[in-house]
Parts: sequence; C-alpha cells; structure tokens
Amino acid sequence: MDQPITHAPDFFHDNKAEATKAMARSFGNRVLTTICVSLSLLTLVPLVSIIFLVLKNGLPLLSWSVFTELPPGAGMTGGGFGNAVVGTLLMVGLGLVFSAPVGILSAIYINEYAPASALAQTVRVVAKLLTGIPSIICGVFAFAVVVAVSGTFSAWAGGVALAVLMLPTILLTSEQALMGVQSAFREASYGLGATRFQTIIRIVLPDALPAIMTGIMLAVARAAGETAPLLFTALFSQFWAKSLSEPTASLSVLIYNFSTVPFPHQIQMAWTASLVLVAFVTLANILAQLAFSKKH
Amino acid sequence: MPENNPDSRAIAEVRVGPDLFHVLCWVASAAAVATLGWIVYEIVSGAWPAIQKFGFGFLTSSSWVPNRENFGVFPFIVGTAVSSLIAILLAFPLGLAIAIFLSENFLPLPVRQFVRFVIEMLAAIPSVVYGLWGIFVVIPIIKAFGDWAVVHLKGIPLFEGPAYGNSMLTASVVLALMILPTLTAISRNALTAVPKTLREGAYALGATRWEAILGVILPTAAPGVVAATILALGRAMGETMAVAMLIGNSSRLSWSLLSPGGTLAGLLANQFGEADGLQVNSLMFAALILVVITLFVNVAGELVLRYTQNQTAGIR
Repeated sequence: MDQPITHAPDFFHDNKAEATKAMARSFGNRVLTTICVSLSLLTLVPLVSIIFLVLKNGLPLLSWSVFTELPPGAGMTGGGFGNAVVGTLLMVGLGLVFSAPVGILSAIYINEYAPASALAQTVRVVAKLLTGIPSIICGVFAFAVVVAVSGTFSAWAGGVALAVLMLPTILLTSEQALMGVQSAFREASYGLGATRFQTIIRIVLPDALPAIMTGIMLAVARAAGETAPLLFTALFSQFWAKSLSEPTASLSVLIYNFSTVPFPHQIQMAWTASLVLVAFVTLANILAQLAFSKKH
Repeated sequence: MPENNPDSRAIAEVRVGPDLFHVLCWVASAAAVATLGWIVYEIVSGAWPAIQKFGFGFLTSSSWVPNRENFGVFPFIVGTAVSSLIAILLAFPLGLAIAIFLSENFLPLPVRQFVRFVIEMLAAIPSVVYGLWGIFVVIPIIKAFGDWAVVHLKGIPLFEGPAYGNSMLTASVVLALMILPTLTAISRNALTAVPKTLREGAYALGATRWEAILGVILPTAAPGVVAATILALGRAMGETMAVAMLIGNSSRLSWSLLSPGGTLAGLLANQFGEADGLQVNSLMFAALILVVITLFVNVAGELVLRYTQNQTAGIR
C-alpha cells in the first residue's frame, strides 16, 4: 500500500508543495509502521525473560526426587514438592468433578432445550459475570461455605473454590461447542424418529465433545495455576495428604510461600516448582488446542 | 412430530414432554445462576457485622489496625484504582500497537502468528510465577529507576523518595504485562471486525496505510478498543497474587509511586488465612467492595462490547 504514494511526486510534477506533502505522508507512514512493529516485538522481551529465568533457575534442581519427596523445612536443603503436585492434581480434579457436570448440563439446557427462555438468558449473563469475578473471591466464598462451617482448611474447600473458578469457562465453551453442531444433524435425528434425549446423547454430544474437551482443558490450565483461591481454603501442608478434610499443599501456594523466605535453596525450589507448573499449564493448553483442531 | 396421527399422539407426547434429562439440565442451569447469588449472599452475610459497625465510614477511613478492631479500606481502594490505572496507561499503547500489528500485514504471516502465540503464552503463565519473576527481575529494575528518579526528578510528588523495590510502580508494571493479552485479544477482534470495504474505500481515496488506520479503521473499531480497555481494567483490579507479592502491602497512603501500597485483593490474600473475629467480617466487607467494583467495571465493558458488535454488524 506504500506504493502509490511514492509515485505521487511524479503525479504532481508541477507542484513542489504537493510533492513535499506526499513525501511527508509517505515518511509518516514509515515512522508509524516502525513504531508499531518495534512495540510489538518489545513484548517478546518480558516473555523471553520469564521463560529463560524459569528454565535457568528451575532446571538445576529438577529430578525425579522432587516429585517423590516432601518440602524441605526452613533452612534445610534437599527435599521436593511431591505432596504439592498431588495436592494440585487432587484439587483441580475435585473442582472438575463439581463444575463439569453443572457447566455441561447448563450448556445443554441453554442451547438444546430452551435457548430463548428467560432462564437461559440469565444463565448466559451470570456466566459472563462469573468470568469477571476475581479469583480471590472464589476463595472467600469457599472459606465462608466450607472452612467456616467445617472449622478446618481442607482440600474440599480448595476444590469448591476452583470449581467456582472453572464453572463459567466450562459452561461458556460448552455452549459454543454445542452451537457449532450443525442443525441438520439434529433434524436428521428427529427425522429418523429419535427423541430429544436420544438426539442430544447420541448425535449432538459426540459431535461437540472435542470442543467441550477444549473448554475443560482450558479450565484445568487456569485452575492449576491459581494461587489466590487456595491460599486460605486449602492453606498448605508439609506432609502427604491423608484425607480430603485436612490442609493440603499445592504447587502454586508452595511457590508463593517459598518466594518470600530468605533461604536460597527454598527460592530455587520455588523456581523448580514454577517450571513444573508452567510446563503443566502449557501442556494443558496444547491439549486443549489439539482437542479443538481434531474437529476443525 | 407426527401430531396429526391420533395413534402416535401418545408416543409423541412422551417424546415431547419433559424427560428426566431435561429436568436435570434445568436444575444445573438453576444451580449455575444460584452460584452467583450464593457468592453474593455469603459475602454480604459474612460482612454484615462489619457493615453494621463501620457503615459507610469503612470506605473512607484509613486505619487498618486489627488488634484495636479498627478497620477502614480507603488506602486499599485507592491502591486498587491507582495500580490498575497505571497498568492500563502502560499496557494501552503496547496492546493497541500489537493489535494493529496483528491485524495488518507489516510482516509475513509466520512472524505474526509467532507474536500472537507469545501473547497467548503470556496469558497462560500463572500469576504466582509473574510474582516470582517480578521479585527477582522487576524489583531490582524499579529500585534502580527509583533511586535515579528520586535524585533527578526531584520535586515531582509521584517520584518522591525514599525509593522502595516493593512499590506501587513495580506492581503496576507487572500488572500491565498481565493484562496485555486481554487488551490485545479484544482490540484485535474489534480491528479485524471492521469491514474490508471501509479500508478499500480509504485506499481508493488515496489514503496511506496509516491514514486509513488512524482515519477510518481505528475510529470504527474504537468502541471495541474501549471495551477491551475496560475489561482489562476489571482484570487488573481483581488480580491478586502478583500484586500481593510485589506491592509491599502497606496501608499508608502516599503520593509517591515508589512507596509501598496495597490493594483490596492483596489485603485479602495477606490477612484472610490468619484473621479471626471482626477482622474476618471486615475482610468480607473488603471482598464485597471488590466484587461490586469489578462487577460494575465488567458489566460496563460487556455493554460497550455488545454495542460495538451491533454497530459493526450494521456496516456493509
């Protein structure tokens, strides 16, 4: 698109002022392009810095033993964060068990049964509002309904907090997934005499499944990285989880706790835990993309 | 449905009437709606003793002294507003530049896809990792900048000394990075939604690329960019961990960006685990204020976004 302007001086060959003006316009164009491109490439710097530091500081301690051992005490060396890995998986799993059925069934209701109903409209608005709620509020909620009632920090509370966090993601992506199913499929199914239930279970859901899985993996990726909802619901624990009703360690809270202590070994452990967490979150995101591209 | 055949009417009614699965889906939808109501109810009822005791003064009082049961969140409301506004000021030019970069063809497609991938990676990195990175990378940089600014920008209250590493500015810089993906993604959608005909029209009239961008494309996409900025602001206000790790968590108000500050979310993260009695109620009150502010900002953003989509849908 820069081309016509460079010819402009010939076009206005009689008029010096017009020629300078055209040159100025062309020059301004180039300056703005340069600014825009350099600002865009500038954002690569922090990301490269984060990835580089996570690898540089995280890799030295990375070994199998960090997955099998307990966190080192203050000032101690060695150890690992096996209980935190288990805790994170456990609580993300609990969150998924609570939120996935509600999210997917609501999506089926608002897209298959009654798309135009008042309830469906409300569900859409509420889901949007829930995505905007700060993650720490999920923690406050789980504190009020689980910790304050049971009197103890627990994996249950952490799971509830993560479930609230995951619900809107799963609900909205499932709705999108169901919307993506061609209505011809439904009509063919009804045409063959299938009931609504049969159509949903046998035709619509299998077709939408990859896209629903994408939503679930995105929710898992987000929940695994969250710290705020777990901080005062699951708290932390130096030991292996024996039951779901006691304080439970998680990778993200371990990073938070270890990042503020004055011991170099613990700080290095925080970097290694960050490496594991970033790797896990990235893997979940890639799986989400793969599940999606399988269909499209 | 074969409704005009009397023989199959009975079967048809079974098929059309509400089955168990239909009811189950309805219950799930009702539960999803109830969740939001339940969250608000729990927070309001948890905050109630503090609401009764402090009332409106909670918002304007600046003292947070747990052992004297004296609570006010004015500094934290100011901190939330200031840190997210600075984050927006820093992120807006970058986010808009990237959005334009991604929607134009300055560089070949693979490069643009790579930049887009990088921005998506930024969104995937957990908040606590940003915090850890901020402690070891951003804090030293801001501390060095602060020491320089205290000497060379003397007289500007925003850069008054002494300079701390854990400061409002540090938190804002990291926040800016964290909201960049939101800002970029929504702005980019707004830019690519501008109909091709408008761009072609501008070019046909002899506009340069940037005259077309600044004169036609950006004005058309402006409401979408505004929506992106508002939604990013909502994210910044609710962001917790990175801020709690970097801002210094002080309840002292200061004009200087180089001094420690505090935000509502950071306050909750720091004190909830060890709080009891009236402190829990006061923290719930703070949580309620945070919910109200973020819901308000997000609703505003969504409304602008919806308005935008209607507007651009009308252009052919």
